[in-house]
Amino acid sequence: MVMPVIQVQGLSKSFGDNLVLRGVSLDVAAGETVVIIGASGSGKTTFLRCLNRLEEPSDGAVRLDGTLVGASASEALVADQISQFGFVFQRFNLFPHLTARDNVAIGPEKVRKMPRADAQALAEQELTRVHMLGHADKRPSELSGGQQQRVAIARALAMKPRVMLFDEPTSALDPELVQEVLDVMKALARDGMTMVVVTHEMSFARDVADRVIYMEDGVIAEEGPPEQLFGAPRSTGAQRFLRHLTHD
Amino acid sequence: MTIDWGIILESIPLLAEGVIVTLQVSALSAVLGLALGVALGLGALSRSRAVRWTVAAYVDFIRGTPLLIQIFLVFFALPMIGIRFDEFSAGVVALSLNAAAFVAEVVRGGVGSIERGQAEAAKAIGMRHRQVLVYILLPQAYRQMVPPLTNELISLVKNSSLLSVISVYELTRAGQAIISVHFVPFEIYTLLALYYYVLIKALSWLSVQLERRLPTW
Repeated sequence: MVMPVIQVQGLSKSFGDNLVLRGVSLDVAAGETVVIIGASGSGKTTFLRCLNRLEEPSDGAVRLDGTLVGASASEALVADQISQFGFVFQRFNLFPHLTARDNVAIGPEKVRKMPRADAQALAEQELTRVHMLGHADKRPSELSGGQQQRVAIARALAMKPRVMLFDEPTSALDPELVQEVLDVMKALARDGMTMVVVTHEMSFARDVADRVIYMEDGVIAEEGPPEQLFGAPRSTGAQRFLRHLTHD
Repeated sequence: MTIDWGIILESIPLLAEGVIVTLQVSALSAVLGLALGVALGLGALSRSRAVRWTVAAYVDFIRGTPLLIQIFLVFFALPMIGIRFDEFSAGVVALSLNAAAFVAEVVRGGVGSIERGQAEAAKAIGMRHRQVLVYILLPQAYRQMVPPLTNELISLVKNSSLLSVISVYELTRAGQAIISVHFVPFEIYTLLALYYYVLIKALSWLSVQLERRLPTW
C-alpha cells in the first residue's frame, strides 16, 4: 500500500479545561482532496491548525510522509517540516508592508535561501497560476478580498508544499468574490495537489472532494464520499447539520 | 531687580559651545541607546526564557533607579572595578544604558501590537522565530515606534543636563560656569531654559517630518 501523505493518530487539543479535539485519526492520500465540514466549535479549524503546528497538540501524532511532525528539538527542522504544509487563512494574513510579489517571494528567499532574482521569478510564476500577475506590484490594501486570498494561496504554493491546508478560505469574502477563490482551489485539486479544506461551501465539497468529513464535538462523527455524506448521511448529527444548511 | 543685558549678550556665544557638547552627547547616546535598545527589545521577545528574564531585569533596574545614581555608578563606581571613563564618555555610557532600557520597551510594545495572524502566516511558510521578528513584525512596527522613540530622544536631551554634575561641559554646565563667576542666576537659567526649549522644539519638528516620510500601507 502507498504511504499516506498525512497520517494523524489520536490528535487531541485542549485550551485550559476546554477539550476541543478528542482523539482524531485521519489519513490523507497523495492527490486526495478532503473537505471537513461541521458546525462552528466542532474543532475543525483547531484540527487543521494542529497539523502544521499553529497549535501545539495536547496529545496524538501527526506524520508527514511517515515522519513525525514537531518531534525534533531543532527549531530549524521543525520550521522546515511546517513549510511542507501550505496554509491558507480565513483572513488571508498577507504581509501588509510587502507587495503581492514580495509576499510570495519572501518565503522562497528567506526560508529556502533562494537567490532574490529566482525567488521573484518563482513568485511571478505562482501569481500567474492564481491569475494575479497583473497585480504583482500592489500592496494587499490595494487588493480586494478575493484577490488577497489568491495571493495568499500563491504565497503558500511558492514553498512547494506537500499538502495545502485551507481554513475557511472564503468565509471572510463578499459573496461575489467567493467563486474566483474556489476556481483557483478547484484547479489545484485537478492538478493533483493534496488538500485538506475546512469550508462551509457545500457545492465545493460536492464537486471537488474525494472524501467529506463531518466533525462534531471534537471528533469525526462521519466520513465518506460526498455523494454518500450529502445524499444519505447516517449520523443524526450530520443529518441535522446538513438540513440546517439547506434551509439557510 | 534689574536684568543684566550685557551678560546675556556675552553669554549667548558661550552657551552655544555648551549646546554643541549637549548635541554631541545626545546624538552619540541616542545612536548607541537605539542600537542596544533594539537588541534588548528583540531579547525581550526571544524564545529563550533566560534571555527574556535578563532583559526584564535590566529594564526593571534602569526604570527603578534615578538616572543621577546611574551616572554616578558609571563615573564613580565603575573605576573601582577597573572600568574608567573620562567625563564625556561616562556621560555617553550612562545616557545610552538608560535610553536603551526605554527603547527596549518601545520595541517590545511595538512588535507585540502587531496582529497575531502576521506571526502565524510567517510561521506557516516555515520562518523561524528570529526571521518572523526581523522580516515581518519589526518592519510593520517601525511606524508606530517613531512617536514614543521621539519622546525618548527628547527625554534624553533633557536628561543630558544631569551630566553637569560630573563636569561634562554641556549646556547646563556652561551656564553654571557663567553664574559662578558673575552671579546672574536669573538671566542665565532663563537663557538655559530657552536654549533647551528651542532644541526640543527643533527635534519635535524633525520627528514629525520623519513620521510623514515613513511608508504607509
